[in-house]
Amino acid sequence: MRHTIRFIRNNRLVELTDVPPTMMLLDYLRENEGATGTKEGCREGDCGACTVAIGRVSEGRLVYEPVNSCIALLGQVDGAEVVTVEDLAAADGALHPVQAAMVESHASQCGFCTPGFVMALFTLYQASEGPVSRGDVDDWIAGNLCRCTGYRPIVEAGLAACAGPRDDRFRTAAADMMGVLGFLSDEDDIFVGRDDRFFAAPASLEGLAALYQKHPDATIVAGATDVGLWITKQLRDLRKIIHVGRARGFDRIEDTGHELIIGAGATYAQVEPYVRAIDPDLGELFRRLGSKQVRAMGTVGGNVANGSPIGDTPPALIALAATVQLRRGRQVRTMPIEDFFISYGKQARAPGELVTAITVPRLGEEHIFRCLKVAKRFDQDISSVMGAFRFTVDGEGIVGEARLAFGGMATTPRRAPKAERELVGQQLRDSRAWARAFSALREDFTPIDDHRASARYRVETAHALLGKALIEAAGTASARTRVVGIREVEAHGSA
Amino acid sequence: MDQLDLTEPLAISGERLTVVRTPAAHDSAVKHVTGAAIYIDDIPTPAGTLHLAPGYAPIAAGRITGVDLEPAKAAPGVVAVLTAADIPGRNDVSPKQIGDDPLLVEERVMFYGQVVFVVVAATRDEARRAARLARFQTAPIMPAIDVDDAVVAATTVLPDYKFERGETDEELGRSPKQVSGEFRIGGQEHFYLEGQVALAIPGEDGDMFVHSSTQHPTEVQHVVAQVLGLRDNAVTVEVRRVGGGFGGKESQATQWAALAALAAAKTGCPCKLRLDRDDDMMMTGKRHDFRVDYAAGFSREGTLRSVDVTFSARCGHSEDLSLGVVDRTMFHADNAYYFPSVRILSRRMRTNTVSNTAFRGFGGPQGMLFAERMMDHIAYVTGRDPLDVRKTNLYGGVGRDRTPYGMRIEDNIVNDLVNDLERTSDYRARRAELAEFNETSPVLKKGIALTPVKFGISFTLTHLNQAGALVHLYRDGSISLNHGGTEMGQGLFVKVAQVVAEEFGVGLDQVKITATSTAKVPNAAQTAASVGTDLNAQAALAACTTIKDRLYGFIEEKWNVTRERVEFRDGKVLIGNRAVELAELATAAHVGRVQLSATGFYRTPKLSWDREKVSGRPFFYFAYGAACSEVTVDTMTGEMRLDRVDILHDVGKSLNPAIDIGQIEGGFVQGMGWLTTEELVWDSAGRLATHAPSTYKIPTASDVPADFRVALFESGGNREDAIYRSKAVGEPPLMLAISVFSAITDAIAGLKPAVMPRLDAPATPEAIMRAIRATSGGE
Repeated sequence: MRHTIRFIRNNRLVELTDVPPTMMLLDYLRENEGATGTKEGCREGDCGACTVAIGRVSEGRLVYEPVNSCIALLGQVDGAEVVTVEDLAAADGALHPVQAAMVESHASQCGFCTPGFVMALFTLYQASEGPVSRGDVDDWIAGNLCRCTGYRPIVEAGLAACAGPRDDRFRTAAADMMGVLGFLSDEDDIFVGRDDRFFAAPASLEGLAALYQKHPDATIVAGATDVGLWITKQLRDLRKIIHVGRARGFDRIEDTGHELIIGAGATYAQVEPYVRAIDPDLGELFRRLGSKQVRAMGTVGGNVANGSPIGDTPPALIALAATVQLRRGRQVRTMPIEDFFISYGKQARAPGELVTAITVPRLGEEHIFRCLKVAKRFDQDISSVMGAFRFTVDGEGIVGEARLAFGGMATTPRRAPKAERELVGQQLRDSRAWARAFSALREDFTPIDDHRASARYRVETAHALLGKALIEAAGTASARTRVVGIREVEAHGSA
Repeated sequence: MDQLDLTEPLAISGERLTVVRTPAAHDSAVKHVTGAAIYIDDIPTPAGTLHLAPGYAPIAAGRITGVDLEPAKAAPGVVAVLTAADIPGRNDVSPKQIGDDPLLVEERVMFYGQVVFVVVAATRDEARRAARLARFQTAPIMPAIDVDDAVVAATTVLPDYKFERGETDEELGRSPKQVSGEFRIGGQEHFYLEGQVALAIPGEDGDMFVHSSTQHPTEVQHVVAQVLGLRDNAVTVEVRRVGGGFGGKESQATQWAALAALAAAKTGCPCKLRLDRDDDMMMTGKRHDFRVDYAAGFSREGTLRSVDVTFSARCGHSEDLSLGVVDRTMFHADNAYYFPSVRILSRRMRTNTVSNTAFRGFGGPQGMLFAERMMDHIAYVTGRDPLDVRKTNLYGGVGRDRTPYGMRIEDNIVNDLVNDLERTSDYRARRAELAEFNETSPVLKKGIALTPVKFGISFTLTHLNQAGALVHLYRDGSISLNHGGTEMGQGLFVKVAQVVAEEFGVGLDQVKITATSTAKVPNAAQTAASVGTDLNAQAALAACTTIKDRLYGFIEEKWNVTRERVEFRDGKVLIGNRAVELAELATAAHVGRVQLSATGFYRTPKLSWDREKVSGRPFFYFAYGAACSEVTVDTMTGEMRLDRVDILHDVGKSLNPAIDIGQIEGGFVQGMGWLTTEELVWDSAGRLATHAPSTYKIPTASDVPADFRVALFESGGNREDAIYRSKAVGEPPLMLAISVFSAITDAIAGLKPAVMPRLDAPATPEAIMRAIRATSGGE
């Protein structure tokens, strides 16, 4: 058992014993260290001004991921190298290639968002070899808002910085840093605080389950991309925090060939290539979910366990007939994911029970899958309406099963049973069956008006998304039906 | 994407300039990218600094009948909880000090989120927690939330105001064709990345030193003095840089500075107030949203004869800057078009919402959006190409140069500019391709639009068009520059420094740019209306001229060389055949007891606006531009993609093309956000539902098209004697984004001939779907 949080800052070991469980990384940097280069823009992980790079060893490589430090708990960076904007330039003041390119491209105006962009691009620089595409840069900075420049010069800077060889001092010193991080890496459970107020990060799944069973009133934290806001916005005094990120194997992803088993601690970023391999729409769904920063920390398990009515992965998981695995102490059970969401804010999870894994059956030859999201903004926005559809079609073109799942249409993500019934047993291309399904869909849901969309728009868009899926399933190329996420071209994700 | 070649200087022939007109980097660029640029929250605070958090009214209208602050006072770390009763001076933060905008609510609540008390605590976290503990008793009344509510309730913040020329109604009736319509224009949150913040440090004799992230240090100084019951000379306000302003810190940075100063005065400790983003969005004003009702009469070809338009603006609960903002809407209701007969009426509606305020364009964008929608409307009912209708109606030709407010346009270049862009954007060929695409594409529809911008430059409140500067030349040849303008990212500081460096023939590295301070240059106007450089660079130039005049006199006396044979260049002073270092001259002049420090002053010439009589000249000149946008609309969901943008913009002869292009691109994207994804939603109780970036969506990088072509219009420079014949560039480009809105309209209009799509701004997917339904279904 270790009673400290420790990490590397500027080649120095920082070891802290007295860390309040809800201490955020940004506050630590700005207030404890006086490192004010990292800015607070929104304190909810949506503007990226607070982006820092977190270095860890993964599969034998030193990987730097962009993280919104405003909603990251300090305890989450245990064992990592924390790099901030102040650390990039050399001791003699020579700018890092990313910084130099930003200056050269006139990419800063008011300058307040700039440190966040620099750090996001720094992680792109580290994650890639050789030139990157505009799509890569756009993706990498989708979580960084700039109100002055209109982004063009920032994108140029990203392209320019990544045009040359990767020879910055972080690359040069990578082996040494991996050695240091290896030295830091231990097998201990972390427990900082007292029994009634603590930050804990058990090193094993067994330890995790046991600790949660002992403290069912504790808050389970994976990426903290949601729980972070309970702290920063709702000012909730979370006294007991159990972080799952250290539990060995909890982030395991296994592809058995016919199903994908996603450990509840696996981040969106880890899962993304696996789901992209199942279907390009899933890849696009993940690409548009949050931002690089959010996907580096947030987990599919957390998205499910929180049961948000607007969570973007559950409709897709429901359509794919995924199952969720739960564990309390030593007791393990499995249920269809659609049964997990009971009502607004309520899930089928007992006190002290953890979501441990999600199993997603892969698509077979008989399946046609489509997943479509509509939001006010394409990137880093929560959907107004989201639809995911899996049609099981036989050799004659008859629909054997239709799984139509929607988000944003009810208090939970759920299926449209009446519309499904109108399609089952019908020819997939039969537009009369479509029409019946569209009318039935209006009986399946009675959504509400809110700031994202009106009830009327939601109903019409649910209809439109199902319509689009059917048109495409019947053979129309998505380039003729969509303005974003076109399946025929893989525009993103090369870096 | 195309990048402009910035390596070629854009000199006027015969000019020999070395610093002005170069694409010098922003003076803080290196500090920005290394995290070394200090914003107010980054200033190391003195020991004992306390932190503030506001507590706000939980109703939109009515009275507070009681508030129990005891739980807040008893919370950990709390030092004090201040209410209106604690204010020693005036309880008023309104810009004109007319008493309609209290620092702290006494009893009557005007909007949900209005500040009632402020908690002072040892840490920001403790202050924020305590601020949520107050228990209110209230007597709410029915609030007026939007323009329609206020029209019904007939409440306004100011009297209606009108421009009128000719027999508008008769001409409408006599016109061969007429259209009429109504549409809505949404507001816009500034979303400056650095939220509102102030740090107040008490001094001796009750003096107060305030670091404020404001565009208007002088107003902050004056209001802080009024709140504390001090004279202006007891308060100093300093601003090194603002992390984004856009108008949101013109009048509305004041309240936060005043609260910090009040707490500092009460506790004797330094006090900092930095608003949380959600509080900031809830408690500070936004761009005015509008309802526009219009009718136009025109010839069969679409040439206007008469225009009748009424602008009803949601001003919020108080006057703030709504006089000037809505006036500017009226000044730009013509955009670049000649209205023979015209009536422009404005109504400034009072609502129980936060007081709307300045925002880049200052009402102009809303006026211009009307003009462009009217052009579209005329085009779709006449069946002509919207660009042809626009060109038919542009100012120009005999007797077609007088604006609805009587000013003659003397510097019109819009026809040439539009023709150039029509050619370089390949508008006609693309229009044909697009029609072909739409023929064979049932779901996705494309649209294109080319729209002009003509924007009046000067504060329409004439007395604000003045500026001061302070320049010191030190004995070592280094120069210190100060002026009344504030740097908020727009590159003002570097542009003014370029002018000063040019004057002394030195590099930019010799000019130290210093923080704006009310103690150095007093009584400065706000940095706004795009004229920061026009005013402050002229004032700095005047200060340099004064110092140089003294040096010329000294040189003549000492070396007997007249000023015609003296030149400041390359870090040296050429005196006849002799070259001396600037440091050498400065030292010699100092020994010769010559004053090496000077103030400079500038006031814009030719201005004469009489608002009551609606006559005179409100603007020194106009800035012009045009943009061509092409979009694809998904007619099933209303989603929209901007595919290509071509911009041609007039900056006169640029002082700094890199900075100017940054303003053009940034302004365009900000305008695009206003008209597409940025939607403010209040619920029926008056609560803002979109109070954070999770729910309020400004553009991200992927919303900007890869094909984004920006060029500066080649002209002989500003026809008026502006600084180095440049033109203001801060606001005008924002309105180039109206081309996006018109392109969306165009895509929808393709669904049914002769119908004007009823599209409200912002064109969110939902708004686009509504317009599609109305157009194809005839709803």
